[in-house]
Amino acid sequence: MPPFLVLDGLTKTFAGNPVLRGLHLEVEQGEVLALLGPSGSGKTTALRLIAGFETPDAGALRIDGEDVIPLPPERRRFGMVFQHYALFPHLTVGENVAFGLAGSGLSRAEREHRVATSLALVDLPGFAGRRVGEISGGQQQRVALARALAPEPRVLLLDEPLSNLDPSLRERTRRELRRAVERVGITTVLVTHEQDEAFHLGDRVAVLQGGVLHQVGAPEDLYERPATRFVAGFVGRASGLAGTLEADGAVLLPAEGGSVRWRGTLAPELEGAAAGSAVELVVRPESLALRGAGAPESLTGRVIERRYAGTATFYLVRLEQGDRNGAEVEVAAGPSAAGPGDRVGVVPGEAGPPPRVFRAQNPEGPSGVSVSGAETTT
Amino acid sequence: MRRHLPLAALAVALLLAWIVGYPLLMTLVEALGGPAGWTLDHVRAFAERPDEWIALWRSLWISTASVVLAALVGVPLAFLFERTEFPGRRFLGAVAALPVALPPLVGVIAFLFLYGESGFVSRVVQTALGLEQPPWRLAGPGAILLVHAYSMYVYFYLFVRAGLSRLDAALLEAAASLGAGRTRTLFRVTLPLLRPALVSASLLTFMTSLASFSAPYMFGGGFRVMTTQIVASKLNGEVGLAQVETVMLALLALLGLWAMRRADRAEGATGVRGIAPARRQLRSPLARLGAGVLGWLLAGFLLLPHAVLLLVSLVPPFTWTTEWLPPVLALSNWSGLLTQPDKLRPVVNSLWMAAVSTLAAVALGFAAARLSATRKGFLSAALEGLIALPWAIPGTVFAVALATTFGVSQPWLGRFVLIGTPWILPLAYLVRSLPLTGRGTLAGLRALDPALEEAAASLGAGRWRRLWTVVVPLLRPVLAAGAGLAFITALGDFIVSIVLYTYDTRPISMEILSSLRLQDLGMAAVYGVLLMTAGAAAFLLWGRGEAR
Repeated sequence: MPPFLVLDGLTKTFAGNPVLRGLHLEVEQGEVLALLGPSGSGKTTALRLIAGFETPDAGALRIDGEDVIPLPPERRRFGMVFQHYALFPHLTVGENVAFGLAGSGLSRAEREHRVATSLALVDLPGFAGRRVGEISGGQQQRVALARALAPEPRVLLLDEPLSNLDPSLRERTRRELRRAVERVGITTVLVTHEQDEAFHLGDRVAVLQGGVLHQVGAPEDLYERPATRFVAGFVGRASGLAGTLEADGAVLLPAEGGSVRWRGTLAPELEGAAAGSAVELVVRPESLALRGAGAPESLTGRVIERRYAGTATFYLVRLEQGDRNGAEVEVAAGPSAAGPGDRVGVVPGEAGPPPRVFRAQNPEGPSGVSVSGAETTT
Repeated sequence: MRRHLPLAALAVALLLAWIVGYPLLMTLVEALGGPAGWTLDHVRAFAERPDEWIALWRSLWISTASVVLAALVGVPLAFLFERTEFPGRRFLGAVAALPVALPPLVGVIAFLFLYGESGFVSRVVQTALGLEQPPWRLAGPGAILLVHAYSMYVYFYLFVRAGLSRLDAALLEAAASLGAGRTRTLFRVTLPLLRPALVSASLLTFMTSLASFSAPYMFGGGFRVMTTQIVASKLNGEVGLAQVETVMLALLALLGLWAMRRADRAEGATGVRGIAPARRQLRSPLARLGAGVLGWLLAGFLLLPHAVLLLVSLVPPFTWTTEWLPPVLALSNWSGLLTQPDKLRPVVNSLWMAAVSTLAAVALGFAAARLSATRKGFLSAALEGLIALPWAIPGTVFAVALATTFGVSQPWLGRFVLIGTPWILPLAYLVRSLPLTGRGTLAGLRALDPALEEAAASLGAGRWRRLWTVVVPLLRPVLAAGAGLAFITALGDFIVSIVLYTYDTRPISMEILSSLRLQDLGMAAVYGVLLMTAGAAAFLLWGRGEAR
């Protein structure tokens, strides 16, 4: 049986700028897929193509084997929750939820019942008579969800559904959203630039950048086995170290007065790469540990910043790597592992995912800490 | 959202071009002799007559002086009502906007009844001082400027008040914390921030007085401005000359528009939004009394024209001669309106013509705005330009242009004889109303979040259902306000009616004019009160739309 929803080579260009280049994705029935990427990655365009608000230059969109590209949005039966909710301000909460039920062949009583159950699903029973302007932002978000779900759509589309909420509200609303979607069991595509949101809500996460799909997989796959250097940097925190690939797959890193050999897992792009290739070893803060300066197989450096973040403390270490400008690496350790200005040795730790090795993007310069994406303390 | 058929946009653009752009083009063509024989005779005739140049110059300086006077009255009033608090502020603040609701011709006759040689105020002064002659004559440029200042200061008043209420208090506090006193803050911070409001009000005042016809027609006498000059030439049968004059006035209007737009562009309007500064409480009892007295005096002055119209409408013909208060008050004028079909006829005429033109203007304005807003490029710009054009071009110009274009039968050129038929006035009103209905709608559509329509689409609503259940309801205040303004403008129109009316379809304004000629002031006042009441109602509707 083919997957329920298939994006097959969707391509879109705006005024000469390609924003989506042959996107291919498959979503199983009842699955939640999160599209994650920075702004301009094409994730929103992908969602608007699925909804039918834009027409692709090439490619197909199949649901249950039927290509829906020729259908206008009103005939696709896809529900959507908009970033700013787009609730109709001239209608009540109940009228908003009932909007999609017109022409559904339901009787008046059935429609009222459907509105009531939809509002109950999002924990807003008895809100039908309220005006949209009278309710809070979090409640508006839930009304938008109830409205999208009421006509029993085939697919639910969520466009940055939580970005408009106070940070204090966001986590609770996210849990409620997750629960509501699970209860309905609807196939869902979600767009977000927040890694936390994508990891929490998505069964699988697709990372986009520059209109290209970098990787799609479970959150653990993305974090522990990123397919590309971009994913490694965008999902979670990571430091990059320039080195040379050895025949046995280890990486030779230049160190003060010589070099050290560290091990990592090779990214797919390095399949069959020759020994001696310039590579970059990308490592999570929690995969490193601090030792005394000069410890065996360690990279020596000086702590230039200590940042206490509750669940962990992050140490930014500038390495001494011979005549090269030392790279900066971020290490997670106990709150009193070192102080600013201390000379320390950095070694691979016992915990955390193994370092990941990519083809060097810029063989000359050292890499540094990439801190894009939301902070994670997993 | 997917595009509409370009066919619909093209059809609407062509229709608009035919009734808005084409008549202007035809006027230019015929001013140059037309295809029958190109000639510069009419242009030469215009250039050789000093009168023409003088009229052009008068139009220019009267308009400029009107801007200055209106600003001098309107800006201080705006500060008074927006920045200070005193008893009666809210009510008086609303009264201060009232003159804008008075149709120009009605305002002019009210001034005539008040300050004319046998006007109410003139009589009071004459009686009080025991003068042989009326104390003054209400004529010439002074009288025109008085009426302009009375009716147009409202633009400055409303725009500056709106600007002041949007001013961020933090900016004034910043100026104060940097050591600026009140005067310095006013000139270096407040007024520069009000610049967009001031430019808009100046532009509106300038264009309105350039197009002004009622005041120069009634008070000008030999003092002709361009609009009255055109109508005089037309009545004299000098059609070619009238067309050249029309072209010149249109050029002057476009020049004014261009100059003001340039001044506006010099500095990008800053979208300052914040918490408006608190109103200054007038604490000293003397200042409160002063502001109160000043406010009520002003209200009295502003309401006097309305009151005198009502009074005169109750005076039976030829009963009020030399007394300073009318000796007889009766409802005979009003009952005449209902019992004499001849007197009711103009009201019926104006009502149906205004209703038809307003309906058409709302529909066409909405269609053009919608088609313009949902696309980009040349067609969108053309649609926007065509609905805005009648705003920039004086009504007299359109009247002559329509008379030129629809006075001959050349069906293959899109010209049909509409002059002398009941359809020419509704058409002219429609053209003049397009900016009132179309521009507001366009602004409203652009401000509409496109996600609302997308949401409706994703919930299964097709194009028409989206239009009727989402777009139109959300734009209802804008549409109602535009319709109200269009209706009242058409109902009280004088400027195009005087050029295009026929006896059978004579509108209220022409009947006011003939009542005045027959010295039947009471009947003229009855019509004036009708228009005034309709104007106030439309104004309230507009206010509700604005306050949304």
